[in-house]
Amino acid sequence: MRWKWTIPAIYIIFILVPIYWLVNMSLKTNAEILSVFSLWPQDLTFANYMVIFTDPSWYSGYINSMIYVSINVVISVCFALPAAYAFSRYTFVGDKHLFFWLLTNRMAPPAVFALPFFQLYSSIGLFDTHIAVALAHCLFNLPLAVWILEGFMSGIPKEIDETAFVDGYSWPRFFVKIFIPNIASGIGVTAFFCFMFSWVELLLARTLTAVNAKPISAIMTRTVSASGLDWGVLSAAGVLTIVPGALVIWFVRNHIAKGFALGRV
Amino acid sequence: MIEKQVNQKAWFMVLPVFLLVAFSAIIPLMTVVNYAFQDTFGSNQFYWVGLDWFKEIIHSERFHDAFFRQVAFSAIILTIEIPLGVAIALAMPKKGWGVPVCLISMALPLLIPWNVVGTIWQIFARVDIGLLGHTLTQLGINYNYTQDPVAAWITIIVMDVWHWTSLVVLLSYAGLSSIPDVYYQAAKIDGASKISIFRYIQLPKMQRVLLIAVLLRFMDSFMIYTEPFVITGGGPGNSTTFMSIDLVKMAIGQFDLGPAAAMSLLYFLVILLLSWVFYTVMSNIGEESSNGGV
Amino acid sequence: MNLSWMAWTLPTAIFFITIFCILVTMTIWEYKSPGGDPRVGVLRFETTRGDRVFVSLLGSAFIHIIWLALFPSISLWCAFAIALIYVCAVFKWV
Repeated sequence: MRWKWTIPAIYIIFILVPIYWLVNMSLKTNAEILSVFSLWPQDLTFANYMVIFTDPSWYSGYINSMIYVSINVVISVCFALPAAYAFSRYTFVGDKHLFFWLLTNRMAPPAVFALPFFQLYSSIGLFDTHIAVALAHCLFNLPLAVWILEGFMSGIPKEIDETAFVDGYSWPRFFVKIFIPNIASGIGVTAFFCFMFSWVELLLARTLTAVNAKPISAIMTRTVSASGLDWGVLSAAGVLTIVPGALVIWFVRNHIAKGFALGRV
Repeated sequence: MIEKQVNQKAWFMVLPVFLLVAFSAIIPLMTVVNYAFQDTFGSNQFYWVGLDWFKEIIHSERFHDAFFRQVAFSAIILTIEIPLGVAIALAMPKKGWGVPVCLISMALPLLIPWNVVGTIWQIFARVDIGLLGHTLTQLGINYNYTQDPVAAWITIIVMDVWHWTSLVVLLSYAGLSSIPDVYYQAAKIDGASKISIFRYIQLPKMQRVLLIAVLLRFMDSFMIYTEPFVITGGGPGNSTTFMSIDLVKMAIGQFDLGPAAAMSLLYFLVILLLSWVFYTVMSNIGEESSNGGV
Repeated sequence: MNLSWMAWTLPTAIFFITIFCILVTMTIWEYKSPGGDPRVGVLRFETTRGDRVFVSLLGSAFIHIIWLALFPSISLWCAFAIALIYVCAVFKWV
């Protein structure tokens, strides 16, 4: 099979071409986009990026997204750690059903929840705050975090726990000092997934914010509908939303395959 | 497989997660149920209408159409992405510099915000400024996804393949790389063909991760909203109005809370049934393979 | 905190209280006789009491919906009766 490498190669080209086209668009002026059709910018310009970096209504979107994604990742990982430990080590009344119920929330369409969420968070005075979006994203990220961490923890032999308890470790000390270092890669992968699903989600984030916490993705959709034709700036904003994801992939590149299998290979 | 202890105190470790998810899941769900039986004229004035909304939704053509479009979409997506993903994973290099290159570039689409995926494909497929649209038009193919339903469907399907096949590839690849080399050497000595290696060594090892892949792809394609919303907005006409798009149109666009809530519940029940079937199948297969000494 | 947006009505409240009571009963039952009475029924995999309750509730919901789809003018109490028979069947054979 000498030509086997062509299949992934073609697939990677297929992935990269639309992204290249976006980058290409972001480096053109609007006049050029609409008048000439060219495979690369004839009249290279960074003006589109300058618009985003100088206009607060654009760059605040990135800051807002970063804030609520970080809050969400921290909440998801911290809350999911003990829960995943419980699921991987103990049986208790209703454990299987609880686990299934958590997973159904991962599978529930956000569209179903959009409107009641708006009213729920308005009534407790959290509407248009970062914490509201972070909490709303917990709906699907917490179950996912529990699921992934449970997979990784089940791979850790139980003897580690028992030896530590025999050595006189209390449970919290054992958990922080011995157990967490053992599943560090699992925690990294979990954080990666929580980042990913919180970063890419639009519907809930858009429903729960108006001005102060508006994420970049919502600002982009508004621009599409309002001015409609500012393709250059839109592309530049799109390119800038890809960058954080690409950076995060770079950090977890060694665990990515196992991570996507949710620790369950 | 770890032998688990019975310990009811474990509930206290799960409790924070339970409360947090319950807050975000149960209160809105109760609200949806309440809305589904009432009519409103705004300003929190509600009137009991009983089952009228359910009757209306179940017999409305709009719901049937959206539902069948959704099922067709998910079926097409699964039949394309799963075999394609497995094929790419089988052809991927196992060591050397090709591995990180493949993994990183393939993971890239998964990390792009969903509306940006829509925007990328909108820019890519437009007839006036897009590479794809422009090239196809130059070749004499009549392609315009804003007017032609078939073109719109093809665009959205190709976009979803672009966006999500990588997930299947990465999962399958993780399954494949967990197979020890000894297996392949033994197969080589036995003179096994490529097909029988795939059938008896690779496929069983990938079974679990493939089930996760099918589960995730099915669920996510069944609730797809953002990408088609950005590209076509549900059009031309209603030809790409999937369940979630229809639901949001009804609830937030027209503010028909009652019918939207009734539709949400039907949608949710279908998802619940399918999740249960998938989950049961998945955990039973998991038990079988762990009994088999894996 | 204002809860009027949740628009509670008596029937929906009764519905949720019933579900809640079923869950509490199941928990107490499980606590009194742990293990959940596992057995292999007509679905050919092991089910416990909790699974049977879930299958009953979900199935009943679908029975009501199918009834509404097929006979919109006949009272839903008939569907309720069918659902009750279905629940008994689930607890007997699944």
